[in-house]
Amino acid sequence: MSSEQPPKRPERAVKRAAPSALTAAAAPAVPHAASALAASSPWAYSPAPESKELALIRPRYGLFIDGQERAPVSGEVVVTYNPATEEPLAEVAKGSAEDADRAITAADRAHRKVWSKIEPRERAKYLYRISRIMQERSREFAVTETLDSGKPIRESRDVDVPLAAAHFWYYAGWADKLQYAVPGRRPESHGVVGQVIPWNFPLLMLAWKIAPALAAGNTVVLKPASTTPLTALLFAEVCQQADLPPGVVNIITGPGEMGMAIATDPRVAKVAFTGSTSVGIKIAQGIAGQGKALTLELGGKAANIVFEDAALDQAVEGVINGIFFNQGEVCCAGSRLLVQESIAEEFIARLKERMTTLRVGDPMDKNTDVGAINSRAQMETIGELVASGVAEGAKLWQPECVLPTRGWFYKPTLFTGVAQSHRIAREEIFGPVLSTITFRTVDEAIEKANNTAYGLSAGIWTEKGSRILQVAAQLKAGVVWANTFNRFDPTAPFGGYKESGYGREGGLQGLSAYLRSS
Amino acid sequence: MGKKSGKKESALIAAVTASDNARLEIRRTPKLYIGGAFPRSESGRTDVLQLARGGSANVARASRKDLREAVKAARSAAPGWAARNASLRGQILYRVAELMEGRAAQFRDDLIAHGYGKSEATEEVAASIDRLVWFAGWPDKIPAVLGGTNPVASSHFVFTIPEPTGVVAIVAPERSPLLGLVTRLAGVLAGGNVAILLASEASPLPAVTLTETLAVSDVPAGVVNILTGRRSELMPHLTRHADIDGVDLWGCPDDLLADAERGAAEHVARVARRQHDEKDRASAFQGERGERIDGMTAFLEMKTVWHPIGS
Repeated sequence: MSSEQPPKRPERAVKRAAPSALTAAAAPAVPHAASALAASSPWAYSPAPESKELALIRPRYGLFIDGQERAPVSGEVVVTYNPATEEPLAEVAKGSAEDADRAITAADRAHRKVWSKIEPRERAKYLYRISRIMQERSREFAVTETLDSGKPIRESRDVDVPLAAAHFWYYAGWADKLQYAVPGRRPESHGVVGQVIPWNFPLLMLAWKIAPALAAGNTVVLKPASTTPLTALLFAEVCQQADLPPGVVNIITGPGEMGMAIATDPRVAKVAFTGSTSVGIKIAQGIAGQGKALTLELGGKAANIVFEDAALDQAVEGVINGIFFNQGEVCCAGSRLLVQESIAEEFIARLKERMTTLRVGDPMDKNTDVGAINSRAQMETIGELVASGVAEGAKLWQPECVLPTRGWFYKPTLFTGVAQSHRIAREEIFGPVLSTITFRTVDEAIEKANNTAYGLSAGIWTEKGSRILQVAAQLKAGVVWANTFNRFDPTAPFGGYKESGYGREGGLQGLSAYLRSS
Repeated sequence: MGKKSGKKESALIAAVTASDNARLEIRRTPKLYIGGAFPRSESGRTDVLQLARGGSANVARASRKDLREAVKAARSAAPGWAARNASLRGQILYRVAELMEGRAAQFRDDLIAHGYGKSEATEEVAASIDRLVWFAGWPDKIPAVLGGTNPVASSHFVFTIPEPTGVVAIVAPERSPLLGLVTRLAGVLAGGNVAILLASEASPLPAVTLTETLAVSDVPAGVVNILTGRRSELMPHLTRHADIDGVDLWGCPDDLLADAERGAAEHVARVARRQHDEKDRASAFQGERGERIDGMTAFLEMKTVWHPIGS
């Protein structure tokens, strides 16, 4: 999603209803704006589905340990579903602490006997090779990712998969240049790294974790999220195809307790976790006193600040991208819109109009903007928080759109009249729900933006360069997007302030997390 | 007057006469240092510390409330310290080194009182001053060494800058009461953070002398707050205080470490600590290996800023 380009569409009269007609007094009776996507509308699109056949999903997957597929000790499996259809996709192994132990044993051996001994330039070549294979199989990855996670194929194809390959490419080049990463010091790998990743960017988070870990000379035991294991298991095939030495990468599926078993094992010297703040805290407490290195990439409640001098159409696109990219299931989502009071009315009207043109539905359709919510549990979380917003007095608005009858879909949702004390202004919703708060002065904007326990990201929309630099400096957020949003690159460090965690992923800073220097 | 009391009186007179040529020393009251002031502990408590060459000192035993006051002072000083330009922060640290040089004799006597030999103490003081100068050169180099511009594949200008985390609590090294203390403290300050420092429990006097040095330096009140007292008592509160953004546990005793890390994790506070194989010993900060920035980098937040390039 390009955020700084104005929408490519013909100009047309903006039909604005009076505010009272656009806002609901209380849920569930929600009046809808006229849909711009009705069949009679010039905006209607014909279906353009991607072929499912491109994903060669097997009926059953084991654990990837020591270079081979292994059955879990328990013999148990869990089913992963397609969130867009609620149909089962495959059975995956339900790993346990015993499986974690086997994986760590393999990783430990591979680190001592192979990976720490081979020439760094050879290590680099494995990573380049993995990146190339991911590029070659990118379509298969994209389709698998969309089927398993519910994210629009346009995003998995254009964002997740190419960025994942780019991460391996970028870190490949670091593998034989570590002495330049920590000048004057002797960098060493930690050894075995335990990694636990979430379901919102399954392959991309895997790449963010595994690429720098391997480049630095570590071996890896990674646990993908329970609802989105398939691209990680496809990645295991890539490791085999690349002839990566057995045990260097181990991928084991299983419940949260298995993740904790990985983190707390004394042979694991470094732990990296991406997920919720509550689980991150549990992991940090679980390994307290063990002397392990730890990086945490946790939740967020980003403010997207629109000043009155912003280029409004671009800002509308940026705000839309900020909250509806990946259904808002993004830790750095711009879930709080802070809009200057002088332009609030006009901006909200433009935003609503743009929301009526969002295409919500089949993630496999190449025209879909907002796909399926990842799981039923997440649907319930979103529903519960939205209900709290209404109950606490915020005004809810949703565009009229026809959702598929099967699958987990949630309408793009806009709240106005939100107070900073409302749960929808404080808690991470992880869904397509935007909470609007107004401000009058620059100082007030900064204060409100920082009024959160989180500090992952923030957005600034203004045409005034000096204001961008001033506000960016004062925002307590690890990533600040000015006149853009939700941009990622392997060279650019990403990570949070405050309760959004610590450590960075991407760039030199992301590499340092996987090195210890003496 | 009875016979008995008359005898007592004459003994007193005799004592005074015997020492009439020796001036009675004015002893220092070791106090806390909070927000630029020198309070006693609000609890009224002190611990009697036996000194290596005889005599004793009544060291303030800080309470949980003293800690809270220190956090308040630190929090209000944090924005001003972070906003000072990097070069100025370096000059202010250098100025502290200048003043330490002037008080070298007192720092040396403190160390001797804690059992150091004379030449050992002299070397330690010199090394501590030099270490501060080493750190004074850091603030205006941190962004160049740790930050940078990121050559992203899209049409954006993207840079990453290190920023201070905020309020950092330091459990100072127990067995390197001056050099270790200076190393850990200077790293935090060079990065633009403000500090609450828990001095060595067995050897707190150099920390007390440092407070008296800081008070007349250009380090603004509240930027450094130093508490003396018992670690086992203060650490559970220090690591769990929600307005402390980071904790340097380098000097944390092994038996308190797990609880300290659990406490810090409750509010996702940043943690620095000894490496796994490292011991809290007097030699840990000596020489080039003491020139380390882990206590500085642990409390820097990397901020990445994106902006489109276009006309």
